[in-house]
Amino acid sequence: MSAIVKGARGLSTAPWFTSLVTVVLLLAMLGIGGSAYPGFLSLQVMFNLLIDNAFLLVIAVGMGFVILSGGIDLSVGSVLALSTMVTAWLLQHAHWHPAAVILTVLLMGACFGGAMGFIIHAFKLQPFIVTLAGMFLARGLCYLISIESVTIDQPFFVAVSQTQVPLPGGFLSPGAIIALVVLLLAVWLAHFTAFGRAVYAIGGNEQSAAMMGLDVGATRIGVYALSGLCAALGGVLFSFYMLSGYGLHGQGTELDAIAAVVIGGTLLTGGYGYIAGALSGVLVLGAIQTLIAFDGTLSSWWTRIVIGSLLFVFCVVQRVMGGRMMGGQG
Amino acid sequence: MTPTVDKPAESAPLRTVLLQHPLLRPVAALLVLLALDALLVPGFFRLEIKDGHLYGALVDILNRAAPLMLATLGMTLVIATRGIDISVGAVVALSGTVAAMLIGGTMVVNNGVPEYVANTPMATALLAALGVALLCGLWNGVLVAGIKLQPIVATLILMVAGRGLAQLLTDGQIVTVYYQPYFFLGSGYLLGLPFSLYVVAAVFIATMLLTKKTALGLFIQAVGINPVAARLAGLRTASLIIFVYVFCSTCAGLAGLLVTSNIKSADANNAGLLLELDAILAVTLGGTSLAGGKFSLAGSMIGALIIQTLTWTIYSLGVPPEVNMVVKALVVFVVCISQSGEFRQLLKRRAA
Repeated sequence: MSAIVKGARGLSTAPWFTSLVTVVLLLAMLGIGGSAYPGFLSLQVMFNLLIDNAFLLVIAVGMGFVILSGGIDLSVGSVLALSTMVTAWLLQHAHWHPAAVILTVLLMGACFGGAMGFIIHAFKLQPFIVTLAGMFLARGLCYLISIESVTIDQPFFVAVSQTQVPLPGGFLSPGAIIALVVLLLAVWLAHFTAFGRAVYAIGGNEQSAAMMGLDVGATRIGVYALSGLCAALGGVLFSFYMLSGYGLHGQGTELDAIAAVVIGGTLLTGGYGYIAGALSGVLVLGAIQTLIAFDGTLSSWWTRIVIGSLLFVFCVVQRVMGGRMMGGQG
Repeated sequence: MTPTVDKPAESAPLRTVLLQHPLLRPVAALLVLLALDALLVPGFFRLEIKDGHLYGALVDILNRAAPLMLATLGMTLVIATRGIDISVGAVVALSGTVAAMLIGGTMVVNNGVPEYVANTPMATALLAALGVALLCGLWNGVLVAGIKLQPIVATLILMVAGRGLAQLLTDGQIVTVYYQPYFFLGSGYLLGLPFSLYVVAAVFIATMLLTKKTALGLFIQAVGINPVAARLAGLRTASLIIFVYVFCSTCAGLAGLLVTSNIKSADANNAGLLLELDAILAVTLGGTSLAGGKFSLAGSMIGALIIQTLTWTIYSLGVPPEVNMVVKALVVFVVCISQSGEFRQLLKRRAA
């Protein structure tokens, strides 16, 4: 009986509610788009949302874990850029095998994130300042490799970028499918493993988690390593998509990823939310861009403003709901 | 009662006083950097007077550091209250754009002499630009103190939307200013020194007086050290926090005016890009802890000078300027780690 009550209360808590709001918002946007522009409501437009934002989805998944643990990772955009750069350089100048290149880049991303996690944990520094420095470092390392954009013409990468996986109603790119697989794996990791439970516990209350005997340090390092890994994978997907490595790639991606996670219903204070929310968050951001592109008369600057306003609305809603929830419990 | 803490006892010998002074490390870092420049760049310390203006590398560094110094002043107070303001760059772009668009400049031929006339009186335009910056600060402050969002998220919103707004105003184009008197702000000279330095000095002195001669500095520290205790002690923490964000944005707005006036145009896409990071870095370099509480305005100024000297050195050595980012990142890591309590304990354990 108490389990049912608990379940009912669990359903009505803030993160579930904001996630629901996001899905409703997404449907409303698609509805408006469909009624205003003929051809908007085709399956291929939906698939294109996924194809164009595959890298963002992967990065938002990693960011989701970091935010759930009560931290923030500002370095993802530049780790993405660094990954495209290293990929391009290893392929074009060192002539490595693509599989070796991809493995190296993923390992590099995980180590980079893990190192930041270690510094945050060992020296009890604020995550944002450490990852801010990481952001500078990764971006600067890109330029140490090359200041120019490096074009990738390696056959495997070109083949992947041109592959279309046929589906009923349209096609998806391999990148989009990888992103969806990552999302599924992440949902499993967050909700069905000890690591996932530890992340939620630390985000909820770090002291309690430590007193429960959870290894806070290892979990925190793991979370940032995971975020770095996701950012590097995002970089690999981005180089499939753009076929180039460039130090200016992915500028502002960290903000988009944070926005996607927040819009997806994860509490910025950590401890509450769903990894799957990253998908709805990314789709909302993508739908805004597509709507603005379909309209044609609105300048693309509106995208930034709309994303900023959405971020504002969701933060305030979280705040208000969070306050009410705490009041209800206390 | 002055808000400086850690004042060594009067009887301590001068050497200990100097060694324990909080400004020791930033000043030493700046001196090392300057000494390096003196070795590597020939004629680094040479100053000469051309057309009644002082010229030289040092003046150049000071002049270019002016916008950063202004932004750093505001950021210091925000960080002292345990906050952070990452919308500084966007506010720079926004206020610069507003000023440039209002002033603009149309050519009028007077007695055969072409003259540029401002679209709006310059004073109105400057006030409007600062007003926009002030509103931005009010927005940030209300989000942080009123709605109680985390500062990094609250200012993230303006960081994303503010630049978009500036780009929307200019349609992504660069707005060029033709009105001559406006250029004086960022590239004019007064008594042989760049005018922007006087602006920085005025703001610095005003902030110093405000924080040292009134109780404001003490209040800000109290909020930073323990916000709950400060509120229970009867401080109006909400208004204090709103004030520091407004102050920070207004400083950023002023920096935006200097930038646009210096380059004679407003570029909504790039003006003040990543300035917030430089400002945060300058504050940390100056010895203010990111955990809030104790702050040092003079230290922050020195921090800003260190960053600008570093940038100048890297440019003048012919190293690609992008390397600057790697150096800055490593500096942040080293400074933050050396400031942390864990690191000091580690050192003590080693020494024991």
